[in-house]
Amino acid sequence: MNRRFLGRMAAVFLALAVTGAGLPSLALAADEAPDVMIKRLSEETLGAIKSDKSIKSGDLDRIIELVDSKIMPNVNFQRMTAAAVGPAWRQATPEQRKRLQDEFKILLVRTYSGALQQVNDQTISIKPLRMAPEDKEVVVRTEVRGRGDPIQLDYRMEKTPGEGAGWKIYNLNVLGVWLVETYRSQFAQEINAKGVDGLIAALAERNKTNSKKG
Amino acid sequence: MTKTFLHRARASLLALAGCALVALGGCAAGPNPTDPLEPFNREVSKLNEHVDAVVLKPAATLYRENVPALARTGVSNFFGNLSDGWSSVNSLLQFKLQNAAEDWMRFSFNSVFGFAGVLDIASEMNIERHREDFGQTLGRWGVPAGPYIVLPLLGPSTLRDTVALPVDWQGDPLYHITPSTPRDSLYGLRLVDVRANLLRAGDVLEGAALDKYSFTRDAYLQKRRADIFEGGFRKEDPNDGSDGGDGSDAGNGSVADPGAAPAAGAKPSP
Repeated sequence: MNRRFLGRMAAVFLALAVTGAGLPSLALAADEAPDVMIKRLSEETLGAIKSDKSIKSGDLDRIIELVDSKIMPNVNFQRMTAAAVGPAWRQATPEQRKRLQDEFKILLVRTYSGALQQVNDQTISIKPLRMAPEDKEVVVRTEVRGRGDPIQLDYRMEKTPGEGAGWKIYNLNVLGVWLVETYRSQFAQEINAKGVDGLIAALAERNKTNSKKG
Repeated sequence: MTKTFLHRARASLLALAGCALVALGGCAAGPNPTDPLEPFNREVSKLNEHVDAVVLKPAATLYRENVPALARTGVSNFFGNLSDGWSSVNSLLQFKLQNAAEDWMRFSFNSVFGFAGVLDIASEMNIERHREDFGQTLGRWGVPAGPYIVLPLLGPSTLRDTVALPVDWQGDPLYHITPSTPRDSLYGLRLVDVRANLLRAGDVLEGAALDKYSFTRDAYLQKRRADIFEGGFRKEDPNDGSDGGDGSDAGNGSVADPGAAPAAGAKPSP
């Protein structure tokens, strides 16, 4: 019961990186519906991973490149970082904010690229979207299906008319666990103990250790 | 006269004990309302990780490297099938009738046509699995989760789920095998199977978390809530990922209250 939960985090982060690949600037006149966008991005990312030989053979740097170039344009990373850092964000200097964002991004991209290495034959199924036409924020629910139990993967998105595909992701839920909430708790611990600079140092340290492990 | 004295003495003793507990609770608990047993939990987590590093992870790694994938899948299917039967019972107890029917179909099909569950035919037929245990049933009935507890060797749990464990054991077919040697070997095999399936997740967790203990705790508690409130309750789920604007007002969870963040705004219960 307990290990099992921990377990499915396996493709957890896999799914995380599948937060939308995709050419940011297709010549689409109208903004896409959020669920259509997620579907397109997920399929493109999975497709890129499955067909790229160097990714299949485990080239982590190549995956990181993929995630960076295809996925980040569709994520409102500043909002994600601000939400995870919490009240201390308001008191942080612009320099600290930039560093927080950079280190957090490296952490996420690297970790989830590691999970992406395990993609082989997964497919994504998008659940019907429940939204009113004037909604500025939606939750798009999807499921990653492959070997083993399907993995719940939800995206919280905000409307960004004119930018990118018209919607940006600012929170992610895997197996019932919201990313921002979980990291908020992690960050709060560090901030409580050593302040924002302590948090930046902890993130940098974690990133260094991760890159050493390969 | 003596009776009143005794009553008073007992009352004051109780009050004293109460105060001591509260004071102790205050000291030991730290600022975290969802994790009042944090010092205890951290110690047990350390113990569990030690045992894992020394015994379980090497065994699981050996298992994964030396046993062919087909055989390992069969083993996972076998144990998964056993749990489907119990999931079905729990779904029924929660009045999730369709889920109960599906899990029961899975269990019967796989047991009969899948050679006692080694082949997962039901998944080929797209019959979905819905994992349920008695802890979730209690949660659905309204029993609050209680404090987070890390159990020795068994890992993360809550007070409610720990109390539910003995019932889960009763529902576990392996429990009822009488000669203890085959039963223990099967327990061992299941343990190694579960751990092997988690090897990659464990590595990802190491990389993702700043503090493995609190990451595990928060993710576990969130997931339990999501499992209990799935389906029709999703709309009312306070754990809906919205961060109230650009996050910089972060009304939920002050910096001094890390554990409250995931539970912020939520009822104190599950």
